Amino acid sequence: MASVLELDDGNFSETIKTGVTLVDFWAPWCAPCMMQGPIVEGVAKKVGSKAKIAKVNVDEAQQAANELGIRAIPTVILFKDGKPVQQFVGVTQEKALMSAIDEAQ
Amino acid sequence: MEDVVIIGTGPAGLSAAVYAARADLKPLVIEGTTPGGQLVVSYEVENYPGFPEPISGMDLMELFKKQAVRFGAKFLAGDVTAVKALDGDYLLNRGTETIETRTVIIATGALARRLPIPSEAKFYGKGVSGCATCDGAFFRNRDVIVVGGGNTAMEDAIFLTRFAKTVTIVHRREYLRAAPIEVEKARSNPKIQWMIPWVIEEITGDQLVTGATLRHTETGETRHVACDGIFVAIGHDPQTEIFRHLVKCDKQGFIKVQPWSAHTSALGVFACGDVCDPVYKQAVVAAGTGCMAALDAQKYLESK
Ligand SMILES: Cc1cc2nc3c(=O)[nH]c(=O)nc-3n(C[C@H](O)[C@H](O)[C@H](O)COP(=O)(O)OP(=O)(O)OC[C@H]3O[C@@H](n4cnc5c(N)ncnc54)[C@H](O)[C@@H]3O)c2cc1C
Repeated sequence: MASVLELDDGNFSETIKTGVTLVDFWAPWCAPCMMQGPIVEGVAKKVGSKAKIAKVNVDEAQQAANELGIRAIPTVILFKDGKPVQQFVGVTQEKALMSAIDEAQ
Repeated sequence: MEDVVIIGTGPAGLSAAVYAARADLKPLVIEGTTPGGQLVVSYEVENYPGFPEPISGMDLMELFKKQAVRFGAKFLAGDVTAVKALDGDYLLNRGTETIETRTVIIATGALARRLPIPSEAKFYGKGVSGCATCDGAFFRNRDVIVVGGGNTAMEDAIFLTRFAKTVTIVHRREYLRAAPIEVEKARSNPKIQWMIPWVIEEITGDQLVTGATLRHTETGETRHVACDGIFVAIGHDPQTEIFRHLVKCDKQGFIKVQPWSAHTSALGVFACGDVCDPVYKQAVVAAGTGCMAALDAQKYLESK
């Protein structure tokens, strides 16, 4: 069972640079983010070695959030070798996230 | 077979759960995709009786749930996707699972309306937002627009002045639906500007929002305004699609209930909260009608 990595401006770019990485951008003051969190944890349990699953508190990674043009949370972005390939705004269910990961293989 | 299934966990559903659980009906509560309901995005609730100090919607709804859990209400995550009547009882679908119940309490509330222009969807999450408390912090020292003239629009505008350089309230007609106390708070805030009666015709930008084209609803004059964020607070629609074949609804989709009761047009189906309230749309009213629904369901079960 893989766990959800916690990223900040220090290790964000390094982590997403290679392979497929799903990143949940959130903040503690955002109620819908509290719903997204457990969904992303569910993905982490099922995903196996297909992708890394991570979350980013936008307060601790303002640079990353800014560069990616994030203006709403929760936003979930799927990266492949450092490039965003799919982006979901608002609470997104497990099924949609899993099939995005499958498509990115 | 359940005695009572409650659909929704806003103030209405959770109040119904407290009453039904205390009456030992062991209600099953289906949480929906927004546990806690609409109020969870409100940063400050000032008018819920019993809370003299402002409390965040998230904290308030957690207390509601705690109280229902204490009396033995059971909770399941996810949405109900279909309902049908069967020999005086009801069958509910939740994903692939079927739940049988003698009564149903509908407390599915209302969902925020989106702006009816194509560019809104294009820029959603790229400057267009439906949640000021979630996304306000991305607009430090920037110029934002709030669309709407109700309480939520006023509250959003005031909240956003914590971050934004300027907040412009855009509303389509002179009349503001918001409570005078909220309007006054907004009017006296030096960061808040007004464009009334104007509507947004188009949102402009490349990757992110950089402005909007507005039209004066009386003269037809159009004007382009630079802005980085657009917060939409133009009201809510009742979430009743899956119930329309079962219970009578009005033209706007609100479930019709008999006066001073929670009875719908279907026996054993009760409604409470914003889903059947075209008028008040307040948490305390939703809670009150939630209590009515539970008591009506209890009486109905006793009489059967
Ligand atoms: C930003 C904001 C600020 C507000 N501030 C205040 C305030 O200060 N004071 C006040 O009194 N009121 C306020 N309100 C209004 C108040 O939130 C509503 O009147 C109240 O939440 C209505 O409660 P409800 O239980 O009827 O529905 P809702 O709160 O809308 O809850 C509906 C519930 O049903 C669930 N649901 C929907 N469909 C399904 C389905 N198919 N299956 C299962 N579950 C489903 C949802 O997930 C949710 O849990 C505010 C509203 C907003 C948006």
